[in-house]
Amino acid sequence: MRRGFTPWADPNAKPVVRFDGVSKRYGSTIAVEGLSLDIYAGEFFALLGPSGCGKTTLLRMLAGFETPDDGRVLLAGEDIVGLPPYRRPVNMMFQSYALFPHLSVFNNIAFGLKQDRLPKAEIAEQVGKMLQLVRLESLADRKPHQLSGGERQRVALARSLAKRPKVLLLDEPLAALDKKLREETQFELMELQSRLGTTFVIVTHDQEEAMTVAHRMAVMNRGRIAQVGTPQQIYEQPNSRWVAEFVGDVNLIEGTLAASADGVVLEDAQGRRFQAGAGAKVQPGAPAAFAVRPEKLRLALTPPPANALNTVSGRVVDIGYLGDISVYKVRLDDGATMKASVTNAVRLAERPIGWQDRVWLSFAPDAAVLLTV
Amino acid sequence: MKSRSARNRLSGRWLIAALPYLWLIAFFFLPFLIVLKISLSQTVIAQPPYTPTLDLAAGWAGLKAFLEGLSFSTYGLLAQDDIYLLSYLKSLQIAALSTLVLIAIGLPIAYGMARAPSRAQPILLVAVILPFWTSFLIRVYAWINILQRDGLLNDALRALGLIEEPVAWLASDTAVYIGIIYSYLPFMVLPLYANFQKLDESLLEAAADLGCPRWKTFFLVTLPLVMPGIAAGALLCFIPIIGEFVIPDLLGSSRTLMIGQTLWTEFFANRDWPVASAIAVVLLALLVVPIAFYENVHSRQIEGR
Repeated sequence: MRRGFTPWADPNAKPVVRFDGVSKRYGSTIAVEGLSLDIYAGEFFALLGPSGCGKTTLLRMLAGFETPDDGRVLLAGEDIVGLPPYRRPVNMMFQSYALFPHLSVFNNIAFGLKQDRLPKAEIAEQVGKMLQLVRLESLADRKPHQLSGGERQRVALARSLAKRPKVLLLDEPLAALDKKLREETQFELMELQSRLGTTFVIVTHDQEEAMTVAHRMAVMNRGRIAQVGTPQQIYEQPNSRWVAEFVGDVNLIEGTLAASADGVVLEDAQGRRFQAGAGAKVQPGAPAAFAVRPEKLRLALTPPPANALNTVSGRVVDIGYLGDISVYKVRLDDGATMKASVTNAVRLAERPIGWQDRVWLSFAPDAAVLLTV
Repeated sequence: MKSRSARNRLSGRWLIAALPYLWLIAFFFLPFLIVLKISLSQTVIAQPPYTPTLDLAAGWAGLKAFLEGLSFSTYGLLAQDDIYLLSYLKSLQIAALSTLVLIAIGLPIAYGMARAPSRAQPILLVAVILPFWTSFLIRVYAWINILQRDGLLNDALRALGLIEEPVAWLASDTAVYIGIIYSYLPFMVLPLYANFQKLDESLLEAAADLGCPRWKTFFLVTLPLVMPGIAAGALLCFIPIIGEFVIPDLLGSSRTLMIGQTLWTEFFANRDWPVASAIAVVLLALLVVPIAFYENVHSRQIEGR
């Protein structure tokens, strides 16, 4: 990410895209409900959510394929709700790529430019630039069916960028690629975006993808935005149980808030007390949860000192070895399970922690996030 | 044991692959050879009404006499009399124009069907196929009723005040066109519908997204992609229309003859089997042209997948 690129924090910055109280219903099902969102010029913005959360509907409203029932969609300050797709200065890369099967790679990329009736030489030059951008110069005369999946994906990208759109919309652009290629392409997309400076809006259900590529992301659930923020904000400071559980793995400790002089204290059903560092105003007696990410749990084979904070004990019931990290599932004495992940920084012939071992889990007060929603 | 069963299986597979060819040989190639042979014979007043006939009992001498008796003179006859050329041209004209009209009518119908709500599509499909449940001949007879002097069409036009005197629809080229277009419409709509249904909606969205208005998208994207359907429909209509006999015979005038009618006259009225057969052979040769054209389009389309 570019250092110091935080237009969303600038109160004077004008958004390039603004959804203002937008709703969309299909019969009795609500796709998007009263949603407002600002996206700034030059941002790589991700819409993340489970399938059916309304993220694709939102993108298609921006492209002009769906009309909102309520609210306004503004592009550079102008309401574009009545504008047909072919008059909007945005372009979309489709999940299926939607390459024209009867046209060559060159003519696919030139399609949009021809609609603008540009002179032939200018079209050829711009298509050449695009082919160079996605490194497909040698394949200009091929038909889409003669290309590999990755090459098709790049043609689709080149075609959607050829008209230099104000905003590029990407609908699950990498879903059809295999994992390795997908990860490579994510970095290529980021590099491309920062080089061109075009605003990118990507729809994805893959949280790793969203967190990798985006400056900011909106996590959506049931037609509403659950949280907007940078990937770090979303991961480290989720604003609800739902966001904490949807983005990454999390251990939730449920309980009620207790009055305390230092920090926030949560008392669970067993009477155990946990402490978080955040100094938010809390109401004693209110139900709440502490969210602790698996990698922020410390795992030990020996009991901690008697006065140690935030400690629970249990037995290891499952170990997932993922290469770079190992995930330990620990059944606590009260029956609940927690997950702790440990980096495999040292190469070990034998794991020191095995199945059925008694272990102690603990976390620092600032590792826990207080959730009341 | 094992190898024999494998051989049996192999020959079974070979038989299945050969079946369509055996069918073609039995019901197309052999009859065609007979027709070709008759077209090279001369007409006589006898039973059968042509000469030479192959006398197998006479052995080699019989075969030699038979081959010497064959000649292309009948084909020369076809070139001499205008009536054959005129009815070929008439058939070509009617088939070409009808096919164009069928494409023009079939395209919007098939497009509308493919775009209809998915629940309505089976009903629309049945509606297209439904006429087949009535005999073709009866449906053409029904058109006589509609088109005759005091028929439904004239009644309707008079009721609307569009005409004062009844129009003579029957026994005209117009009636033939109406009958042909009505009868062949399903053969155009069905392949087009199949193609429209396969059309990926996101391609149309992509065109719109890239700045292409709807009407232009139809010509730049939709039409090229349903071309195989248009070619299939055109072929399914054009070829049988060329040889059409029943519709022009019932609805058309006796002054303009399609080739099928000329053939019928030669065969049944004049009992000139060699000329009738020669007409059929030339007709087949003419039809090879559009079929070859279709094969060309088709194979290019398969390549394009």
